[in-house]
Amino acid sequence: MLREAWTKPQGRAGALLLLVLLASAMIGPWFLPDPLAQPDILAGSLPPGLGHPFGTDQLNRDILARVVAGARVSLSVAVLAVGLSATIGTAVGLVSGYWGGVVDVGLMRLVEGALAVPRLFLLLLVLAVWERIPLPALILMIGATGWFATSRLVRGEVLRLREEAYVRASEALGARRRHVILRHLLPNTLGPLLVAATLGIGDVILLEAGLSFLGLGVQPPTPSWGSMVLDSKEVLVSAPWAGIFPGLAIVITVLSANLFGDALRDAVDPRSA
Amino acid sequence: MSGWLLRRGLQAVVVLAIALTILFFLMRAAPGDPLARASESRPLSTAELAALRARYGLDQPAAAQFVAFLGGLLHGDLGVSIEYGRPVTGLLAERLPATLLLGGSVLLLNFTVGLWLGVRQALRRGRAEDRWLTAISLVGYATPSFWLGLVLAWLVGIKLRLLPAAGMQDPLLSFDASFTVRVVDVLRHLVLPVMTLSIVSIAATMRYQRTAMLEILSLPFMVTARAKGLPEREVIWRHGWRNALFPVITLFGLWLPILVTGSVFVEAVFAWPGLGSLAAAAVWGRDYPVLMGASMLVAALVVAGGFITDVAYALLDPRVRLA
Repeated sequence: MLREAWTKPQGRAGALLLLVLLASAMIGPWFLPDPLAQPDILAGSLPPGLGHPFGTDQLNRDILARVVAGARVSLSVAVLAVGLSATIGTAVGLVSGYWGGVVDVGLMRLVEGALAVPRLFLLLLVLAVWERIPLPALILMIGATGWFATSRLVRGEVLRLREEAYVRASEALGARRRHVILRHLLPNTLGPLLVAATLGIGDVILLEAGLSFLGLGVQPPTPSWGSMVLDSKEVLVSAPWAGIFPGLAIVITVLSANLFGDALRDAVDPRSA
Repeated sequence: MSGWLLRRGLQAVVVLAIALTILFFLMRAAPGDPLARASESRPLSTAELAALRARYGLDQPAAAQFVAFLGGLLHGDLGVSIEYGRPVTGLLAERLPATLLLGGSVLLLNFTVGLWLGVRQALRRGRAEDRWLTAISLVGYATPSFWLGLVLAWLVGIKLRLLPAAGMQDPLLSFDASFTVRVVDVLRHLVLPVMTLSIVSIAATMRYQRTAMLEILSLPFMVTARAKGLPEREVIWRHGWRNALFPVITLFGLWLPILVTGSVFVEAVFAWPGLGSLAAAAVWGRDYPVLMGASMLVAALVVAGGFITDVAYALLDPRVRLA
């Protein structure tokens, strides 16, 4: 499946871009100035130039260094939160789909109700009461509000799979529920799940940037793309570069995750191409 | 039909009730006291705090609070804003028209231009135009609305001075300005927020329409239509597009949450006096009752949107009702 996605030009472009981003996020900070360096308010913001390819912000901090450091934060938040959502969603979907009955009806009604409130609003309500949001709590909350659609997806797959001959045969042979779920159902839902998770990465990066833009995401001084755009609002006229580069970083990252996710989906489900 | 409608309506009510219950317990489960944050922006005396606690019923146990919350809800009472000291219901009602104007304009643009582009793409599948449109719409989909809004405000509003970059009306407009002048003024203010929201959301409509149209184009009755000697325009738009419109209707329900989320950022950036900027301000001012009220209104809108979508679909396609 991964190989198939790789043969598509969009899939390859997305994967390569993601790898470049990951690599620069990991090794970039070794070569760049400290993103938390002692701020110099008097120096003001410098336009992009030789010393600072992306210029500096109003506290004279190197923007390239902050964008790269922000990549670290954004990517790790996205991967961890999506991993959490996928885990919860899979567990709920498996239980709901395989047990059926009251459990299924109850869980799915809950999911329907939760889906009626856009994720941003759920997060605003939870995060607005915190004094300062610790990063692990932010990841936990983003992950905990992202599993509803996934659970429906997995449930649908399970409902389809449990009628398959090999699943019924396994049950007829007296296999335990745990065996059927872990050996037969789970591995067969991994394809669609991987697609949903990859596409979820882009969504979460946008969501985290949005929350940080509203001041409820990653807290300063930790650099984050969303809060960099927020800070740049004050110097929109005198130093537009302060906001343009972090925004471009968001666009490129989300775009590459979505390109790769689309290619994966085409590989899993050729009809959608 | 009426039986189906009743069942679907009941289901919508149940879903909304569950959503509101989730919101209530979310607020309760969140660590910290909503009022602790409120006292940060404005010093409150202990007596004031106690009065506020009693006002919001925070001194009651959760179950009692929930009953009071439901009772208030039935009377249309969503509490009082900490920031403005006014009922939340009134604030929301005041801000709703601006959001409907913005959202309605984006809706109109998405479901005209977006659908038209989607059909064009399907007709030119795999060619340069199709690929370019796909690429552009994917970039739009990956763009954060708040950033695009700032860039457009800077470029069009400040650098080129073509359009106003903030607000809904020119504050310097004279009081005796004619109706036409006022309408033009609002429309000029509307352009940039609508552009921003459309660019980031039009990709979904285009993609849906493209896929649906491709599927229709491959069906035998299209060949029949052509074989009958119908003009190509008639084949595409009368026979093809009409049928390719069904899947797009479902998009309306899916698309509403995206629009509401986007409007929070876009309204905040352009200072558009709607629900979105009210919610953003409530976040910044920690005005919890307003945030809660806005979330409940949004949930109601989303549920209603889903209901309307299903009803529209059932009216147009009888197979749904029988299923």
